[in-house]
Amino acid sequence: MKIKNIFVSFLVIMIGWMLLTWSLDMSSVLLGIGISLALSIVLCNSCTLFNEINLTPKAFAYFFWYIIVFMIELVKANIDVTRRVLSPSMPINPGIVKVETTLKSKMARLILANSITLTPGTFTIEINDDAMYIHWIDVESEDVEGATNAIVRKFEKLLEVMYG
Amino acid sequence: MKETLEIIGQIFLLMGSFSLLTAAIGLLRMPDVYNRVQTGTKASTLGAILSFIGLALMTYENWVEINWVGRFAVLVVFIILTNPVSSHVLMRAAYAMKIPLSKLTTVDKLREDINNKIVEEPKDE
Repeated sequence: MKIKNIFVSFLVIMIGWMLLTWSLDMSSVLLGIGISLALSIVLCNSCTLFNEINLTPKAFAYFFWYIIVFMIELVKANIDVTRRVLSPSMPINPGIVKVETTLKSKMARLILANSITLTPGTFTIEINDDAMYIHWIDVESEDVEGATNAIVRKFEKLLEVMYG
Repeated sequence: MKETLEIIGQIFLLMGSFSLLTAAIGLLRMPDVYNRVQTGTKASTLGAILSFIGLALMTYENWVEINWVGRFAVLVVFIILTNPVSSHVLMRAAYAMKIPLSKLTTVDKLREDINNKIVEEPKDE
């Protein structure tokens, strides 16, 4: 468990280093490996951030698919917001609804909450156990199942593969 | 090649600016703090991302020296990760301070559950 945690955080820091320096010099890469290894061992020895991540090719493919879905949703969100803001009558119908998630991992819930915040008209206010309270700018269904299907499902089925 | 990329980059910058403008208009027009935070977060996130893409295209020289692109990629990741969190904290603080929802609001499940003692009241710390 600990090895996986350190390995994933090492990869993340290393990719950040490579993107920032953008050079394949031996000295630069070796320095990056040294710093990343030291940081991930010192910082992530006791943290549990990446423990639940699945390191399979399928999870990796789903990660990229997730980014594409997320980007499409982000653009849709902005077209939606622009339409609401600029139309003279301002068609909003706000409310706070409750949805339920089946995800158990903390990291998956964080990503889910962030994604909900950046997708059309929805905004996470509070998380309590499995329930999330979401401010919805245009309430389509007030009951728990309807709101869950409309907001959470499309991300949840991808995140379930990435985090066991 | 370089001029074409520059023009495409400028189009991206223009779209980003339009998105940021939408965020500003949304802040002025929306009826209560919750809707204002909503429009502000989404439009400003995409506005920043589009501006970075435009700048990356405009500064592109060749494959060896595209270090700016890498930096912009890191910045985009940071913005996507942190922008929703900070806005969420603002919204939660607003709810904890009991700032009233606008009159257009149809349903408030969080208040119902607080009254039914299912959830604790968010604390204003």
